[in-house]
Amino acid sequence: MTDRQIMTGDEIRRAIVRISHEIVEKQAGTQGLAIVGIQRRGVPLATRIAGAIEEHEGVRLPVGALDITFYRDDLSLVAQQPIVKGTDLPFDLNGATIVLVDDVLYTGRTIRAAMDALIDFGRPRAIRLAVLIDRGHRELPIRADHVGKNVPTSREEIVQVHVAEIDGLDEVSIARRLRAPETAPAAD
Amino acid sequence: MTTVASAATGVPATGIPAAAWHHRHLIDLDVVTWPEIELIMRTTEEMKHVLARPIRKVPALNGRRVTTLFYEASTRTRVSFETAARNLSADVVSVSTATSSVTKGESLVDTIRTLEALGAEILVLRHSVSGAPYLAAEIFGGHVLNGGDGWHAHPTQALLDLYTMREHIPGGDLHGRKVAIVGDILHSRVARSNIWSLTAAGADLWLCGPATLLRGMDRWAGAWAGGAIPGHGRFNVTSDIDAALRDADVVMGLRIQRERMSSGLLPSLREYSARFQLNAERMSLAKPDAIVMHPGPMNEGVEIAPDVATSGRSVITDQVTNGVAVRMALLYLLAGSHDAAYEPAHEGAR
Repeated sequence: MTDRQIMTGDEIRRAIVRISHEIVEKQAGTQGLAIVGIQRRGVPLATRIAGAIEEHEGVRLPVGALDITFYRDDLSLVAQQPIVKGTDLPFDLNGATIVLVDDVLYTGRTIRAAMDALIDFGRPRAIRLAVLIDRGHRELPIRADHVGKNVPTSREEIVQVHVAEIDGLDEVSIARRLRAPETAPAAD
Repeated sequence: MTTVASAATGVPATGIPAAAWHHRHLIDLDVVTWPEIELIMRTTEEMKHVLARPIRKVPALNGRRVTTLFYEASTRTRVSFETAARNLSADVVSVSTATSSVTKGESLVDTIRTLEALGAEILVLRHSVSGAPYLAAEIFGGHVLNGGDGWHAHPTQALLDLYTMREHIPGGDLHGRKVAIVGDILHSRVARSNIWSLTAAGADLWLCGPATLLRGMDRWAGAWAGGAIPGHGRFNVTSDIDAALRDADVVMGLRIQRERMSSGLLPSLREYSARFQLNAERMSLAKPDAIVMHPGPMNEGVEIAPDVATSGRSVITDQVTNGVAVRMALLYLLAGSHDAAYEPAHEGAR
């Protein structure tokens, strides 16, 4: 297996700052905005985006974490039940504009599940999507509003996002799958 | 590089243990390891969060078919399982033997084969014969979840008991905490399942009742204490109620069944109440913040005094509430377990 780095820590940082500006620009301000990260690596990314917005707008936006495990459509396809990591939405979703944040956008099924999960908590005015990596191969009609980097990939490749909060470093790399994983759940 | 996806998802550095669920059926806790119990507890916690939401329902088991087959009377266990299944969006079929072909003499095996042919995927079975779920697991193509069999096991009750204790014990750790289970131990599947989980949790477990209702338990305890079965903790068996309750952190009463009187195991209910009833006076032997539990249904005034059952220490209604969350967790874990090795996931490593 050969790992190829496609984003450095600095590049990740700049992408997050750019996305944070885009979010505020699209919304024409920060009124009614809330940032929600999808477990696990979307959560630290959401916190960083909110931090960047606070830095240049002086406004602290509510940040939430969303676990989509119970909303997946592939329960009977995964070898083991994914481990639930917790949902924490400490604000009222009704009428808010929610920016969903995830590390990689691939088939779109995670985002479909995330939207279903969010709507069970209330009726947001709008849901937008920000991702660090868009690697293509969509299976559902879903697109991101804010993308850190578009990365053309083949289905045999794996995009690995590492964030300091979980993995100890910031890096995105791409690897070729040698053989199918045996027991690991479709967690993220 | 054997597990690509574990590299992709990252080895959990933030304290999420990598336990996974491997059991196709859940019949008793004897084959469930401590990390697996921890996984159940953690999944239960998430299910409690679901129950606290405005919409108490998630689509995790959407379209899956759960059938409850109860050969014994039950209110809370059946309703709890069915509520749990509906909260996960499963389709629920409820078979009560009083109104089924069982009354025409249909055997357990035939009934299960029929239910499977009708689409049952997860079978929740309660049966008066100990071991019936093992037979069911042999012939049923889906998952069997034991809702209580004879005197043998009631694993979901033991797990909801454990969850409730952890909620109320400061720090949530039962290690070294004294748990007294008082009553008809001999006929209690609840006590038997609790032995596995509470000793695994490291609790200081005491089983207490009249000698006639403890029969055989001392041999079980003796075998474990002597190290005949490695890896299992000790527990104590006694007819001395004061010794059992002294400094207890948890006191659990078990129902005294009236039908036991006729079999000569108990002279009278009054005699039992006089010697073993959990009343305010006896409870003063336990720690001041000790909790009171009962799996239900209660005979208030027999094994437990009404004022104790409804006192501030009583967590009996918490047990009922937690039962739904525990059963949601188990239905969810069982539905995702497979015998087949690996089936490719959609979006695991991406």
